[in-house]
Amino acid sequence: MGEEAKQILAVITTDKSKVTGAVPIFIADSEEEKQKTALFLAKTLDAMVHDLENGIYFIVRH
Amino acid sequence: MAVILAGTLAGILTRMLLLKLDYRQYPGYPHGYISHFSLGAIASALGAVAVPALMNKDFTAFTFLALAAQQFREIRNIERQTLENLEETRLEKRGKDYIEGIARTFEARNYLVMGTAFITSIAAVLAGIWGAAAMALILILFSKNFMTGKKIGDICEVIPAEVHFKNSLLCVNEVDIMSVGLPEMREKIKREALGVMIKPKDDNARATLHDMGQRMAITHTAALIMGSKKEVDIPEFTPLARKNPDTGEVALYIMPIEKDMTSLIMAVQRTPLLESASVKPLKTQAGRIASD
Repeated sequence: MGEEAKQILAVITTDKSKVTGAVPIFIADSEEEKQKTALFLAKTLDAMVHDLENGIYFIVRH
Repeated sequence: MAVILAGTLAGILTRMLLLKLDYRQYPGYPHGYISHFSLGAIASALGAVAVPALMNKDFTAFTFLALAAQQFREIRNIERQTLENLEETRLEKRGKDYIEGIARTFEARNYLVMGTAFITSIAAVLAGIWGAAAMALILILFSKNFMTGKKIGDICEVIPAEVHFKNSLLCVNEVDIMSVGLPEMREKIKREALGVMIKPKDDNARATLHDMGQRMAITHTAALIMGSKKEVDIPEFTPLARKNPDTGEVALYIMPIEKDMTSLIMAVQRTPLLESASVKPLKTQAGRIASD
């Protein structure tokens, strides 16, 4: 807790226009696909899905 | 000879009583038990032998006590290292404060044992075997009662709280805990999570709860007793204790295997109060003025 720096590992979105930058970005066609992608990524990376509540999910390792 | 025997026996008895297995399961391993028991026996023998040596005006006996103290300090290091190594593979961390507290306790208990043996030996010299027995009884009771630390339940009130969501934000009563992204996780948490509020009884308690180490000890104890649904790939289920910045109350969120509010409250209440976290701002004038 607080020992390692928190890091955004990936961003999943349905709205391409809202994200840019040096993070892996996954574009989903639907809300359902977004959730599924986020879940798979989080499970694989042992990380957690957070919701920015503007259509963007991002994955952070704590 | 009877003097030494009386002192040593009293010391060993103290160590055995203090070594009782408890929910921390430490030292729950038979080998840990044996090593602490033997060290306790050596400590009590040293304490007991010192008295006849001093009666023979053999004052160098005290040097041996110093030597023993050196050894006990080593125990503290060993305990700390062991616990820190075990910590790496734990899902709910004890936290450094808790580990330090346990290590310190192990060191201190050896001094306690040595002191018990020493004083009992003196009593045996001055008042015979019955005097020694009486003194040993008093000292053992003292060790048991005085050296048992306080618990969270002594300084705080623990009351049930509601786990709910503000959109994606997980909250326990009015305290925000964390953001949970996936809707299905939110549903599961809503169904299965438990929350309590830990309300400090005074400003001293508030300052103690401010300590992150103390809060980690609380989540660790709660998760240990209640079971926790956390897994390596499900960080959402990590038990968390977050402070209400305005009041100093702490909200605890946990995904227990056994969903039982009464036992969660009992688990939180029996969390040991860490020596390193325990502070007393009310003992200072400034602290008293600041509190209203």
